[in-house]
Amino acid sequence: MDIHEYQAKEILSGYGVKIAEGGLAYSPEDAVQRARDIGGHVWAVKAQIHSGARGKAGGIKICKTHDEVADAAEFLLGKRLVTHQTGPTGKVCGRLYVEAGTDIAKELYFCLLVDRSSERVVMVGSAQGGMEIEELAVNKPEAITKIYIEPAVGLLDFQAREMAFALGIDAEAMSHAVKTIKGCYRALRELDCSMLEINPLVVTNSGELIALDAKMGFDDNALFRQQKISELRDKTQEDPREMAAADRGLSYVGLDGDIGCMINGAGLAMATMDMIKLAGGEPANFLDVGGGASAERTEKAFRLVLADKNVKAMLVNIFAGINRCDWIAEGVVHAVKKIDMKVPLIVRLSGTNVEEGRRIIAESGLPIITAETLAEAAEKAVQARNEVVAQEAAAQEK
Amino acid sequence: MAILIDETTRIIVQGFTGKIGTFHAQDMINYGSNVVGGITPGKGGQKHLGLPVFNMVKEAVQQVGAEASIIFVPPAFAADSIMEAAEAGIKYCVAITDGIPTQDMMRVKSFLRRFPEDKRMILTGPNCAGTISPGRSMLGIMPGHIYMPGNVGIVGRSGTLGYEAAAQMKALGIGVSTSVGIGGDPINGSAHWVILEKFERDPETKVVVMIGEIGGPQEVDAGLFAKENMTKPVIAYIAGLTAPEGRRMGHAGAIISSASEGAAEKVARLKDLGVTICPTPAAMGATVAEVLAKL
Repeated sequence: MDIHEYQAKEILSGYGVKIAEGGLAYSPEDAVQRARDIGGHVWAVKAQIHSGARGKAGGIKICKTHDEVADAAEFLLGKRLVTHQTGPTGKVCGRLYVEAGTDIAKELYFCLLVDRSSERVVMVGSAQGGMEIEELAVNKPEAITKIYIEPAVGLLDFQAREMAFALGIDAEAMSHAVKTIKGCYRALRELDCSMLEINPLVVTNSGELIALDAKMGFDDNALFRQQKISELRDKTQEDPREMAAADRGLSYVGLDGDIGCMINGAGLAMATMDMIKLAGGEPANFLDVGGGASAERTEKAFRLVLADKNVKAMLVNIFAGINRCDWIAEGVVHAVKKIDMKVPLIVRLSGTNVEEGRRIIAESGLPIITAETLAEAAEKAVQARNEVVAQEAAAQEK
Repeated sequence: MAILIDETTRIIVQGFTGKIGTFHAQDMINYGSNVVGGITPGKGGQKHLGLPVFNMVKEAVQQVGAEASIIFVPPAFAADSIMEAAEAGIKYCVAITDGIPTQDMMRVKSFLRRFPEDKRMILTGPNCAGTISPGRSMLGIMPGHIYMPGNVGIVGRSGTLGYEAAAQMKALGIGVSTSVGIGGDPINGSAHWVILEKFERDPETKVVVMIGEIGGPQEVDAGLFAKENMTKPVIAYIAGLTAPEGRRMGHAGAIISSASEGAAEKVARLKDLGVTICPTPAAMGATVAEVLAKL
């Protein structure tokens, strides 16, 4: 789960990280009021969306008058911002963060994240902040310092100092830098954060260390014990179909293709999608219905897949282990009868009680296309999709 | 031989008396697994499914000689149960539980590393279907009947995709020595290469199938391991050709965080390392048959 910049900053300031003065705004009037409260002559008006690289996408405006603040707010609120992290659909900005302008002497990069190779938290820093770390990693890997943290003992002072020296922090600012770095690590550990990035971390002309931006991502598996973090969820930043699926206990990812999928198990779901692609089609979604595919669950999954208007055919692929093919077949028949399906349905069952499952589908009298193997299922789904598309094209010509 | 478990392995179930633990314990017993008891703190001294219940894992080790354990404990308490098993002297542990926090798994791995290698518990999972040595013992939640005994080792992240592979092989008359699920989480007990090493040493296993997916470094690490250390052929399928970057595909670990973690990229690397690639998930059985025919 991701949170907004202003939320991350609020959390981090509680852990001893310095941030510039700022406030949240939902309207241009709010924004001007925040600027007045903050005082000074320069403000940054920042779009709050769940994505990095907002600057490049035009989501951050530097303003020198209250009128400019109002104009920036007017421009950004409700705007759809597209970055390389949001995908082509972008994300809509519903709130702004107005922040005091900071005089920047130096921009640094700092990040903590879970490293899957070492199975530890790794601390990554560079004295060359401001640019994207991915670019830096390719063009100038020697400018990046990585320090691995042993979970049993946590981040040690000498490691924090090593990072601060690598960031080029002066001796006078060292103790504050160590405090900042250790505060970030404490936040990560205590809040089950999986990624914490400050880019840039800036040194001001007066030698202060300030988090100018902040991004935090949290481990979904740990949200059960992070009630306060769960409350920070901004549903407007997430795909509504994925949210609806999550509310029903289903795992769904919307994609750009037109063959809807319902599969049990994440690996088999990905493999079935691969098979669709290899057969010449494109999957409309990833959907794992999980182990106990009851009739209710199956119906919910069908509704979710078919809510995507791009779907021209639907493929169900279930490998029954603990559950049984006959139960699943009954669930599918029930769902199809209840929902007025307008697209062809291809069903492939395998595993426990497969003959019984196939018999139930065959005897249902419903126009369900069945397949025995994974390859056959994918080919039939692509064929059915192509027929629907051809029919639609023919109807349009008329 | 097989690896990790056979008909003599003495198994306990952690989370024994719960609904899920009960169901799968019974299923394992029906399959012929040597289940010798289970753990539910507070219910020690009782009998469940005709077997003794213990409060603590160490009592089961002392009293019934438990060697392997399977964990059905809810996510909030699962890491603790794994570490209890390791401390009690359990040799092999399968964690079925899905949803264990990543930081808990980091602690588990760090805890396990404290033991000298010969005393260190082997952990597979979490978020997996378990391990089966067909015809001998099942330490998991898979449908046992789809696996035929034989000479092919399987190691994979996914449950149902592993079933698909075993079923395709059975349809061609090809059996399995042991199938090991390593789970779909970003930090897991054993990486693919750890299991490859065991298959390499197992005289019964002739060929190994690795079923991987997008995200993380473990498939490519396994390819590197195989190139350096294995005489047996390794066949791989990597799921997630159509997965977009930065989106989690069901499994907590199935997410492309950097370009090298995509399916096509992993396949290219594995090919370079001499691993035989299954061109499609529908061809897993056929690819194994081809490789076996050449031996």
